Order: sequence, then C-alpha cells, then structure tokens
Amino acid sequence: MHIPDGYLSPSTCATLFGTSIPFWWVAMRRLKHRLMSRFVPLLSLFAAFSFVIMMFNLPLPGGTTGHAVGMGVATIVLGPSGSIIAISVALFIQAFFFGDGGITALGANCFNMAIVGSLVAWATYRLLSGCAPLVSPRRVIAAGLAGYTAINVAALCAAIEFGIQPLLFHDASGAPLYAPYPLRIAIPAMMIGHLTFAGLAEFIVSAGVVAYLQRNEPWLLKTTASDVDDEAPGTREQGTRVLWFALAALMILTPLGLLAVGHAWGEWSARDFADAAARSEIAAASGNVAPPNQAPRGMERLSAIWTAPFNGYAPPFLRSPGLGYAMSAMLGTGLVLLTFLLARLVVHRREPRSSGTFS
Amino acid sequence: MSPGLEHRQRGFVERTLASLLETMEHTLLAERVAERTGMLQVRDARVKVIALLVLVIAVSVSHDLRVIAVTFALALTLGWASKIRLVELMKHAWWGTLVFSAAIVAPAIVMTPGRTILRLQFGTITEQGLRAAGYLLARVGTVITLCSVLVLTTSWARILRALRALRVPVVFVVILGMTYRYIFVLLQTAHDIFESRRSRRVGPSSASQNRWAAVAAAGVLMSKTLELSGEIYLAMQSRGFRGEVYLLDDPPMRGPDWLTLAGVAGVAVGIVWISQ
Repeated sequence: MHIPDGYLSPSTCATLFGTSIPFWWVAMRRLKHRLMSRFVPLLSLFAAFSFVIMMFNLPLPGGTTGHAVGMGVATIVLGPSGSIIAISVALFIQAFFFGDGGITALGANCFNMAIVGSLVAWATYRLLSGCAPLVSPRRVIAAGLAGYTAINVAALCAAIEFGIQPLLFHDASGAPLYAPYPLRIAIPAMMIGHLTFAGLAEFIVSAGVVAYLQRNEPWLLKTTASDVDDEAPGTREQGTRVLWFALAALMILTPLGLLAVGHAWGEWSARDFADAAARSEIAAASGNVAPPNQAPRGMERLSAIWTAPFNGYAPPFLRSPGLGYAMSAMLGTGLVLLTFLLARLVVHRREPRSSGTFS
Repeated sequence: MSPGLEHRQRGFVERTLASLLETMEHTLLAERVAERTGMLQVRDARVKVIALLVLVIAVSVSHDLRVIAVTFALALTLGWASKIRLVELMKHAWWGTLVFSAAIVAPAIVMTPGRTILRLQFGTITEQGLRAAGYLLARVGTVITLCSVLVLTTSWARILRALRALRVPVVFVVILGMTYRYIFVLLQTAHDIFESRRSRRVGPSSASQNRWAAVAAAGVLMSKTLELSGEIYLAMQSRGFRGEVYLLDDPPMRGPDWLTLAGVAGVAVGIVWISQ
C-alpha cells in the first residue's frame, strides 16, 4: 500500500499533502496539550515500533504469510492523534531511508495510512467496543475489526488515487502519464489482496496484541476507553441511573403520541378498507392511488387470529386515552425488562464463575 | 506433521529474522558508503536535500521520456562520482521498487487502449500502453536512484539537520531523529525475541501456535517500547529537558555548495522547460 514515486501526479500529491497538514497540526497540538514533554520519546518509540512491526511475517490460514501495518494497534494504544503522528513518522523514515513509499507520495501515504487508517480504526473500535470492560472479549473482536476496516479503507483510498490518474493525466496520444489503470481495474486489484491477506494480517495483529495487553498490561488500553472505569463500579451505576430517569420521562411523555392524527402508511387494519374516511386517507398517502374495495383476503384472515389485550394502546378498563397510553408504555417497558432479566439469569447460570482478574 | 507444514513453520521465524537482518544490513551499507570520499559526500547536506526535492519534482512534472532518461543517467553519474557501486545501487534501490513496479505495469502494455503495434495471442500491445509503462518505470527508476544517492552519501544526522533548512518543525525533526535511533534498538530486541524462540523450539508447532507466538512477540515488543519510552523520558528530564528542543546551527554553506545548488536548479528548470 506504500505508493512509490511516479504513480501519482504532482497535483494529486500536492492536494493530499495539503489535506494532511491540518490533521498533523491538530494532532500535534492535542498531543502537546495532553502529554507535554513526555510525548517526544513516546511518539518516537511508538513510531519505531510501527516501523518494526511492519517487518513481522505473520502466518496466515492457507500456509501463506502477511505483513500488518499496525494502524489498529497504534490507534488503540495511542489514540488517533498519537497514531497519526507515529505512523506518519514511520512512513517518512521508510520513504527517505528505505525507499519504501515515495517522497512525492509521502503526503498521499500519510493521508491513506496514518490519517484515514487511524481515524477509521478509532471510530470502528469505539463503536464496536462501546462501554465494554477493558478485559472484555468484545474489545478483542473490536480491535481486530478496527484493524481490518482501517487497512481496507486506506487501501480503497489508495485505489481511488491510482484509478483517477488515467482519467485526469494523459499525454496528447492518450497514454496515461502516471498510474495506468482506471478505477474499474485499480479498485478490485487493490481490494482483493487487502480484503483477504493484508486485512487478515491486520486483524490478527490488532486482535492478538489487544488480547495480549488485556492479560498483561490492560492499562495500555485506557487511552481509547477513557469512559470505562473498571475499578469504580459506582460510575456505571450512576450512568444507568441517568438512563432510568430518561426512560421514566419518556413513559410520562407517551400521551404526546395522541397528538398525531391518522395512520402511519402501511399500518392499516382490515376494517379501514370499509371506512370512507380511512379510504380517502390511504389514497392521499399513496399518491392518489385508490385502495382495493375490500380488504385483502389474507390480511382479513391473519388479523383475526390474535386480538391484542391493549389494542391501539387503549386498555379496555381505562376511559382516558392519555392514561391508557402511559399505562401501555409502562407495561411494555416492564415486559421488555423482564425478558432481559430472565435472559441474564439463564446466561449467568450457564457461565462458569471466573476466579481471577487481570492486573 | 506433513513436511510442507514443517517447511512453512520454519519459514515464519526465519523469514521474520531475515527481514530484520536485512534492514540492519541496509543501514550498515548506508553508513559505510557515507564515509567514502566521493563527489557528493563532501557537499553540504542542505544542498543535497534541496537538490533531491527539486529534481524529484521536476521529474514528476516532466512529460518527456527522453528528459526523464537523461535525468536517470545524471543520477547514475552522480552515484558513480560518489563511489557508489552499481551492485549496491541495485540492492539498495532497484531490486524492490523497480521490480515491483515492472510487475505492476506489465499488464498495462496490453490493457491500455490505443494504436496497435503488435498482436499477440493474449492481447494487443499498444503504443499508448508502452508509453504508459515507460513513463511509470522511468519516473520510479529515476526518483528511487536519486533518493538512494542522497541517502547513501549522507548520514542520517546530517539529513535531519538539513530538514531544518526546509523549515520542518524542530519537534518533528527531533522525533524523527529519536525514532531512527530506536528503530535499531527495537530491531535488535525483535531479533532477539525470534532468535530465542527458534533456539528453544524442539518440535513443530501448529499454525495457530505460530500466529499466537507472532502476536505475543508484537505485544512484548510494545510493552518493551513503552517501558523504554518511560526510561528515556526520565533520562531526558534528568538532563534538563523541559519540552523545548534546541539544535546546533549548521556551518554556513561554502562556494562549491552554492555552485552545486545553482547547477541543480539550472538542470531542474531545463527539465521543466524542455518538457513543456
């Protein structure tokens, strides 16, 4: 995925370099603010780590080996800002000293791998790991998928950059001046390798290193899980308390639903087809297409199978529609909570008790 | 256990060790060549970095294959005058990138639509396809040769100081310097991890065990990295580091340096002018 010199036009390189500058600037500012002087050795060492990790040959299923870039791991441990700088520095050294990736394409490589890769890895990891504890298996899967998604989105960016070259830059005879393959070839050519081998290598490294850190140094996972406090369960209780209050407020506000008139499109009953007012409402909501004269036979048959006890959120023993709405909300919420409580009870009985904690 | 599987297992550790050793050898070669007394070794690093960037941009802008070929010849001549052997240049620069690029661009010769030159059983070679392949390979070859000539004739410390002349932020230069230095410490650590694993292995292990060993090595390396980072930070603090970075000023450029810079600027302007 390291784009060499000569594959991208100078204007593409300049545009991507210019696009990368604000990201570098913001990342540097954030790190300086957060870490003060400690960030110089930390970033240097982590950039060196990213460089070395790219040389690891990883055995993949099928007997082949692959390399990982380390975007997922860098983002999870350092956060997106740290990862952007660390991977950019590693790419700079690779380009200048080892000829891996071009000097003119440095901005493009940093944009694809350091910036897009880090941000995608961060968003995916945060989204999938949620508020799971630091040692949760969910974080291992989230890390693997973060690495897999990040490397593939970065590869897609590179493929698009390659693919637009022949469209935009060719000589008078029509010969492409830079990367010669159009989007329809560049995208599959890049993505096949990354969706399989490279993506798998990144998945294994990201998930494996997070699993290793969970067992040995879970504090390293705190940077991208600052809202998770495994040591203070009270914080979680406080968080759920807010949710309980919000749920109660929503239940009290449910009678607001009575303010809405008519039916939602497609939620008609069999009786509505015989009611003139309901028929004109259906026609108006369906682009003035008149409904059938009779309710469809299948609808009529199935609607007779079950009659809900609180049909239309109106319990038969209550006269006030507002009170009926609120009562239905409470009953419905109670049933949902009861279902979850029963499910948790079943799952906890099946799970063996964990005897130790990671430290 | 099948012999094929055993072969693959041997390959995993050995191939990683080979990658790590190759990188270390690459650096040693660069250090050795930079100590020779050649034409570019005695020039100021700032001149060389600026010259490299100017020539690389000129080659990227050029739409004339002959001009790119002449610049390639110039890069080879500079390498020869700087006592860089062709074998070293091939090993350092061409083998990886140029061979990879040739493999990438080969199908374009028959896939690019245009004027037919030769009909083959599997496709048609077009003039436009040949030109596209020529542009790409010529540019890649020229730029990688120029870059290698710079890196092989200049020590990394001098390149970093030259970056300051281009107004690269001082903090970034310091991070680059530290990264480069500790890459070799971590390369050695990674090498030791894999070497010790190889020395303790008494029988074949499954692919999943190998995978776990690789990610465990990565995890251990990360732990060591962060531990080392903490130690370096304490060492820096003990020497009075408070977040501000200062570098020694480079000596002023001499007459021959200015002449070289003017010559390179002239060549770059010539490349762009002829190409237009």
